[in-house]
Amino acid sequence: MSENRPTNVIEGAVSVAAPPPAALADVSKRFAATQALSDVSLDLLPGEIHALVGENGAGKSTVVKLFAGIYQPDTGSVVLDGHPVLLHGPAHARSLGIAAVHQEPRLFPDLTVAENVFMGHAPAGRFGSIHWREMRRSADLIFESLSVRMDSAAVVRGLSMADQQLIEIAKALSLDARVLILDEPTASLSTHEVERLFDIVRQTRDRGVAVLFVSHRLEEVFQLCERATVLRDGRHVITAPTSELTAGDLVRHMVGRSVSLFPRTAAKIGDVLLDVRALTRVGAFRDISFSVRAGEIVGLAGLVGAGRTEVARVLFGLDRADTGEVLLDGKPVRFKTPSSALRAGVAYVPEDRHLDGLVEGFSIAQNVTLPIIPRLFPRLFVRPSRERSLAAGYAERLRIRSTGMDELIEALSGGNQQKVVIAKWLATNPRVLILDEPTRGVDIGAKVEVHRIISELAASGLGIVLISSDLPEVLAMSDRIMVLHEGRMSAEIPRAEASEERVMFAATGQVAEGASSGG
Amino acid sequence: MSQPSDASPAPTQAPVAAGGRPGNPMSGARALLFASARWEVLLVAILAVLIWAGMRISPFFIQPDFWNSANFGASISGTMEVAIMALAMTPIIITGDIDLSVESMVGLSGAVLGVLWAAGIPLQVGIPIVLVVGMVGGLFNGLLVTRWGLPALVVTLGTLALYRGLANAVLGTSYVTNFPSAFTAFGFGYVPGTQVPWTLLAFLLLAVVFAVVLHLTWIGRQVFAIGKNKDAARYSGVRVAGLRTALFAVSGIVAAFAGIVLALRYNSVRSDNGTGLVLTVVMIAVLGGVDINGGKGTIPGVVLAVFTLAALQSALRLGGVSSEYQNVAIGLLLIVSVIAPHLARQFRVLVDRVRSGRHRPVRDPVPGEVVR
Amino acid sequence: MAGNVAVASNERSRAGALIGGLARSRELTLAGVIVVLSAIVAVRAPNFLSTDNLGPVTTFAAIIAIAAVGEALVILTKNIDLSVESTIGVVAFTVGLILKEQALPVPVAWACGVGLGLALGMCNGVIVAVLRVPSIVATLGTLSIFRGLCFVVANGHEINLNDLPDGYTNAASQDFFGVPLFVFLAIAIVGVAAIVLRYTVVGRLFYAVGSNAEAAATIGVRSRLTVFLAFALSGMLAGVAGVLWGINYGAIYANSASGQSLAVIAGVVVGGVSIAGGSGTVVGAALGALFLGLINNALILLGAPQEWLQLIYGAVILFAVSTDALIQLRTQRARARSRIR
Repeated sequence: MSENRPTNVIEGAVSVAAPPPAALADVSKRFAATQALSDVSLDLLPGEIHALVGENGAGKSTVVKLFAGIYQPDTGSVVLDGHPVLLHGPAHARSLGIAAVHQEPRLFPDLTVAENVFMGHAPAGRFGSIHWREMRRSADLIFESLSVRMDSAAVVRGLSMADQQLIEIAKALSLDARVLILDEPTASLSTHEVERLFDIVRQTRDRGVAVLFVSHRLEEVFQLCERATVLRDGRHVITAPTSELTAGDLVRHMVGRSVSLFPRTAAKIGDVLLDVRALTRVGAFRDISFSVRAGEIVGLAGLVGAGRTEVARVLFGLDRADTGEVLLDGKPVRFKTPSSALRAGVAYVPEDRHLDGLVEGFSIAQNVTLPIIPRLFPRLFVRPSRERSLAAGYAERLRIRSTGMDELIEALSGGNQQKVVIAKWLATNPRVLILDEPTRGVDIGAKVEVHRIISELAASGLGIVLISSDLPEVLAMSDRIMVLHEGRMSAEIPRAEASEERVMFAATGQVAEGASSGG
Repeated sequence: MSQPSDASPAPTQAPVAAGGRPGNPMSGARALLFASARWEVLLVAILAVLIWAGMRISPFFIQPDFWNSANFGASISGTMEVAIMALAMTPIIITGDIDLSVESMVGLSGAVLGVLWAAGIPLQVGIPIVLVVGMVGGLFNGLLVTRWGLPALVVTLGTLALYRGLANAVLGTSYVTNFPSAFTAFGFGYVPGTQVPWTLLAFLLLAVVFAVVLHLTWIGRQVFAIGKNKDAARYSGVRVAGLRTALFAVSGIVAAFAGIVLALRYNSVRSDNGTGLVLTVVMIAVLGGVDINGGKGTIPGVVLAVFTLAALQSALRLGGVSSEYQNVAIGLLLIVSVIAPHLARQFRVLVDRVRSGRHRPVRDPVPGEVVR
Repeated sequence: MAGNVAVASNERSRAGALIGGLARSRELTLAGVIVVLSAIVAVRAPNFLSTDNLGPVTTFAAIIAIAAVGEALVILTKNIDLSVESTIGVVAFTVGLILKEQALPVPVAWACGVGLGLALGMCNGVIVAVLRVPSIVATLGTLSIFRGLCFVVANGHEINLNDLPDGYTNAASQDFFGVPLFVFLAIAIVGVAAIVLRYTVVGRLFYAVGSNAEAAATIGVRSRLTVFLAFALSGMLAGVAGVLWGINYGAIYANSASGQSLAVIAGVVVGGVSIAGGSGTVVGAALGALFLGLINNALILLGAPQEWLQLIYGAVILFAVSTDALIQLRTQRARARSRIR
């Protein structure tokens, strides 16, 4: 962390006396059939937050894992302080001052916060004995320096994603790292939590740490980072200060072509399919009312944790509401299980396709037909040819790229996997389709296609509920936007009146633009 | 056939990293054959070796009266109870659960049967009652596992003790014998006109039923789905809780049936009937290629494992090896059956690495990890 | 607004502290139940609390408890050791055999026994940690293999009291101030294990590996070495239990200690060690073993029919593990509801 830059350095001049604390020099990395990186060079400077952007498959995650010591380069090397170093593993990288915060927190749920922060480098005495009080105090100090209140003696199990991320960062700080790598840290955070995270990252930068910030969210790149590097198909495209770039530039570099997002086609709005009245689930949401018509896309916006997924879960029969009613085609329904919801024509595409959406080890055809096999084969016996042709039909309609319907699902790219999930639910012939973050973790090309599919579905008469934290997506796709704030509906905004500011105000609980924020 | 169930019993490894080749090029009967070919072929090979060894030891090892030969037939009959239970254990293990209480249900069912018989109730009435007892016991297991989310290992460890206790309570230290000969003939007799023991026939019939349901119907598809990703299965409308409970109920009924068979074969019941069997049951399943972590397994594999076990036991017996040492051999076989495919894979990885000209401490991507 | 979120997280972590507190109090709860139970039984059967009764009962419970400490280590790492009964049996027999042949002095024979246990544990460790066989399968196999080893050693014979040096079994009935010698030994072992698990870096590794093996690997923790160590120690402690078994009974057969794996595992689970790994204490495991031993004895003394013993025993185990999981479920739900909305 030594500040060995000459104090009279001109802003932006690259005449640093000391070599960057961490860099990649002409690195290539191959995994069997895929060339993940080709001759990529990248340097991280102290006191700077460097953004790394690119589509899925561009190589961002490989860069992170190279720095973290999880992978080793095939050619080229990781360069630390000007010296090429071969990192043997994550522990080695950590010992050299590189701390990585990965997308998913890797904590020990049964152990306390303090222990998690110091795991692997606990303040120890002779015979390897642990000094618990010292450890707790040190952890408390770290959290204090981050202006965060966290009980170091609490067990990690049950803590929110945001808190877990914080613990990961505290872990990095406890190592006195000189290089901090953040891999998509804001994916599951609410806006406030993101702000808090940014403050902490800025503090860290001001201490002279070199920060690498990987993100899909371009607005964050401009908010937080001084320089940005774009990767495409494993190659370096451009590195430039963020002041000299626009979002459009970034997208163009990432995709290599100009893309028009959100091709929403107009649809004929029909009768009310789903009518939600005063739906309440204690501890999750209160008094939710909205309706969905055939051909309509109703957006559900709000901060992470506002209760949108919880509403969807109740509509799909995963959870039960305490009061209120749900009417399908005017008739009250109460789904006790997903299978009853499916039979009634309500389908839910969950947030996390890996955890909840897809069965690895099953082929595309088997995944697509899973919800409907009892219906498809009423005489018990499965006919693979029928499965395959059914799946092939959807694959064509949704333009799923694969080597065949028998290909195992894990061999597909993220975007194609998401399409398989959508195909699966389409096969249930739903009348109401609830999509929860359908383009999360999906690259721009596939994103456009998913939006096209959603538009077409609406046009064909489905009622669609679109839950999304991607504001531009919600604004562009929805006919009406319901905004939730802390479990309550704070606004209903028709398409014509919708804007990012209006949605954000409602999502953060502010009364109306112009009114003083009551909190 | 519709399952691409990979019969390899080693820990799951996604095929992505290894060249991005699809791991399942076809579906249907060919797929099942292709996928199970790897493990079952090995089993058949082992079986063949054992039979050959047995023949070397004694020409009486296998005779034209195959099933009746003093050794193989005896071995087969002796393993029918565990074989039957292994059939029901297989789908339970595939869904990621386990049922350790089956051996105690054997004891309990025998005890109830004995008590009913001793009280003068004809077996035609007694047997259905006992099967219901088995079902109730299985449902109890299922309820605790699905409703309260308790780990199956722990629950069935408890019912292992509980049902044995019930058997003790029902029968005490007494024992019941002298079952009607019509029924005991089923236990140790043969299909008239053939040399096939009734119990073997029962096992084969059950095996066919289980194989058809597990591999050819959508019920079986749902079982595999639960084993591979329980949450995704639930989100997809699979009645996870119901199916798991049903599997436990089936296991209970089958264990009760096995208890009846055991009672009839020995023509006696004691409250400790069946003690020690559960380990052999699990062992047969694992030997048959069922992955203990769930998601994979085939019934044909289990059937082959039963025969392999019987062949091993008879070869050993012919060689003058006592039953205790036979257990040692079985234990070794169990461990080898899991290690061998794993070692084979490690070897292949090593060969790949050497061939690509590099020998670095490279870490391959974790299975399922997206490779960018 | 950031303050609000921090407050929210603090509330959640208070729930976390509550969970931690509940877990810690499992041992206290169990100890309390033991005391209450003993009191109730003592009222109906006053000789329950006599040294003549409690002596042998706690002596045997101590043997199981020592094996339970080793089993707890294994279960903490998210594994299981089914072979412990065979290790106890083979060690007991081997020690007896050595003494029968008068090949070595008694303490050395004991050391051999413990060493044998350690070696067997290391075999398990190799199979699970190095060869990556799932522990339930691996120890299912070694359960048979080690028992077979016992039969090889026994070669059809058994160990009788006359084969052993005079007064060999006296140590089992030795007591100080009414507390049997074996109980002191068990307390010492539990104490050392508890201290190591709580206060040393190595000890915490068991919890880490069981709680999240992947994360442990990322930190650079040698997960496989830790698992190997757990099995090795489990074998060693089973060896100690085997030596004590031999002292307690004198007569050893080739199938001695058959069925004890269930008793050991039941004790560990009842004592609050989660089968999913990562949580629980050796104190709890030992208390669980003691609790089950006392229940067994209490039932006999209270005149429960012989036939009902096993039944109640099973019911108690089931009850203990159910309440554990139910408490967890309830606290999870409470926590979900306390989230600020």
